[in-house]
Amino acid sequence: MVADVKERQGFAFGMLPSLRGATGPLIGLIVLCLFLTFATDKFLSVRNFLNVLDQITVLGVMAVGMTLVILIGGIDLAVGSVMALAMMVLGYLHVVVGMPMELAIPLALLAAALNGLVAGILITRFNVPAFIATLAMMSIARGLANMITDGQQIIGFPAWFNMMAIVRFGGFLTLTVAVMIVVFIVGLLYQRYRHGGRVLYAIGGNAEVARLAGINVQRATVLVYVVCSFLAGLSGMVLAARLDSVQPSSGVSYELDAIAAVVIGGTSLSGGTGGIGGTIIGVLIIGVLRNGLNLLSVSPFMQQVIIGAVIVLAVTAETYRKRK
Amino acid sequence: MMNRSPILSLRGIQKSYGPIKVLHGVDLDIYPGEVVALLGENGAGKSTLSNIISGTVQPSAGGMTWLGKPYAPADPRAAMDEGVGMIHQELKLLPKLSIAENIFVGRYPMKSGRVDRKTMEERARAGLQRLGLDVPPERLVEGLSTGRQQLIEIAKALTLNARLLILDEPTAALGGEETRALFRQIERLKAEGVGIIYISHRLEEIRQITDRIVVMRDGAKVQEFDSGDVPIRTIVEAMVGRSLERMFPALPAPNDEVTLEVRGLSSPGKAFRDINFSVRKGEVFGIAGLMGAGRTELVRAITGADPISAGEVLLHGKPVTLRSPIDAIRNGIVLVPEDRKLQGVVLEHSIAENIGYANLKEIARKGWVSSRRIRDFAEDYIKRFGVKGRSGQNAGELSGGNQQKVVIAKWLARKPQVVVLDEPTRGIDVGARSSIYDLIMDLAREGVAVIVVSSDLEEVLGVSSRIMVMAQGKQAGILNREDANDVSVMELATI
Repeated sequence: MVADVKERQGFAFGMLPSLRGATGPLIGLIVLCLFLTFATDKFLSVRNFLNVLDQITVLGVMAVGMTLVILIGGIDLAVGSVMALAMMVLGYLHVVVGMPMELAIPLALLAAALNGLVAGILITRFNVPAFIATLAMMSIARGLANMITDGQQIIGFPAWFNMMAIVRFGGFLTLTVAVMIVVFIVGLLYQRYRHGGRVLYAIGGNAEVARLAGINVQRATVLVYVVCSFLAGLSGMVLAARLDSVQPSSGVSYELDAIAAVVIGGTSLSGGTGGIGGTIIGVLIIGVLRNGLNLLSVSPFMQQVIIGAVIVLAVTAETYRKRK
Repeated sequence: MMNRSPILSLRGIQKSYGPIKVLHGVDLDIYPGEVVALLGENGAGKSTLSNIISGTVQPSAGGMTWLGKPYAPADPRAAMDEGVGMIHQELKLLPKLSIAENIFVGRYPMKSGRVDRKTMEERARAGLQRLGLDVPPERLVEGLSTGRQQLIEIAKALTLNARLLILDEPTAALGGEETRALFRQIERLKAEGVGIIYISHRLEEIRQITDRIVVMRDGAKVQEFDSGDVPIRTIVEAMVGRSLERMFPALPAPNDEVTLEVRGLSSPGKAFRDINFSVRKGEVFGIAGLMGAGRTELVRAITGADPISAGEVLLHGKPVTLRSPIDAIRNGIVLVPEDRKLQGVVLEHSIAENIGYANLKEIARKGWVSSRRIRDFAEDYIKRFGVKGRSGQNAGELSGGNQQKVVIAKWLARKPQVVVLDEPTRGIDVGARSSIYDLIMDLAREGVAVIVVSSDLEEVLGVSSRIMVMAQGKQAGILNREDANDVSVMELATI
């Protein structure tokens, strides 16, 4: 038993230092890619790979924030609505008010972050359970998003905005994909190497131990919800660029996709284990799966069933592995 | 010895996990109406043995007979049906259900497809009365004292017609009066012919309650005493396998300088009122009292974990504000909390991470930390404190004593001026206890003002140079070491 533990740690620490705990999902992703390579003739190509990257940008940015929230044992159901609110604020400020995009984007992100601030304060100061606080914010943010234009979409963004999602710089990266990659890298570094990131593991592991160890649990918790909402807003900017329009009905049930990506990536819903490395793999699994199923001409309804099955598979495999 | 035939006999019980043998052929007989103490350090095999008897674990070799018939329970349910009741150290009651529902959970009496609450409550009441417990069975478990919850667990086992009870550390969370009440019930059960296996680390009470003592070490039965009244030293020597020179290390002489002073301290919830004392540099100050006397609440307030409503805490003569643990830690006042598993360590995280969490700011360079740096930092302390474990190992895999060392170690990098230890050796075996005491004395010798809260009278008498006794939230008195003994402390505690 002892030897087994040692071996497992040696493997995790030595070979894949940045993927601790996410080796299972990684193997799953590789198997999935291999399968699609043989099952379709279009899957294995640079162009298709770039397509997958483009398709996961919104989910990828959002899931990073969700990972931090789940890492401290919380949940954020509001991200989909917050994303829509940020998009509508952007459209309103730029198209209706006439503000330049350089100003409208930061203000839209600020509006998103404020949602997280409210949720964080509700959770820490008023002891509202995270599920309830963010459920309320989900409803409030969606309502506000709809109120801005009475449910109408807004169009009329500058051409360069849409080009961010289309033009591949160096024939490779669109700016929106670059944003996602930057978020991934900053998130990974923060979570693994910053003081503030390590603290999240302590809080998720046992908030009382963390508090007694002199960690400012309340401040860290508020900060995490603010960052999560900010990233939801950022994913809204990415989606607005991709669609070249904004509408208040965007992002319905995106929070569930984000949670699915985090969970598939091996982060435990009870907090304290997992991380952004796993979430990136989780996002890729969902992206590759959707792409592959489209290539295989599987109906969208069947795709939902399959993604549900993958969530179950990922979590039970992880639980089983841990028990062994 | 009794002439009757044993309820349960174990012959050559062995248990291995892979290549590791944890039980090396144990023989044991339990007769009706006797209390057998099962003693040994953590890892001696007591838990494995009781788990085998209660059907949680299956033996690798050997056999058992129950009332003369072969006995091999496949699961706890089978053991329960035979009449084995196991009362675990951690209570397993559902707080939001009534006492009656807790007693009958999973086997509610039914009448025409519905739960028959009337029968259930009547039978529960009978079970409670048998234990002299005067509580209505329809009351919720939530809010009952730990002692009463313990008795409800026993009532649960008894309604299953248990012939044999296994009590695992039943008094670990009980105060003096509750312990005495439990002992009265044990005497009653003995008279009814129930056999009892009693596991405890509190040797003083073993002498009071048991008829026979079985000492285990390293998975084998090493000694058996046919009487409960054996000198504690003899028992301890059998448990650790060597003769003990001393139980408590010598106390260092405290400095005259006062480090910590508490003036008129009260809590908002009235858990403690108007507490005044001071602790000198290098002094070990004990706080004794019964369960519910307000000791834990007091030290949590001093360390910023709980709020205070009146009074002040002074450090070197200057008042300090303690709104949160962060404030206290910044002032060099640290807490080693009562409940290691819930407040001291994150069980699923590594030793290194656990030590790191209290010191991230120090480990980090300009806010940057790495696992390697945390590990290097922690390994230093792991070595210095003789923690038996690797830095990457989860805290949950360590023994209680080693977990406690991790909790203490995480504070020492901060060079604390006041270290408060709440029940520092609860659930820790005898051999490991003395190394915790050594640690406490080392702290005092280095000039730290140490406060030790303990329900273990012998412990608080052994390590403290002065003892404050609390009773019902009030300060009953402060005794100097020369005047403190079990009688003088208990007199104050039961005011």
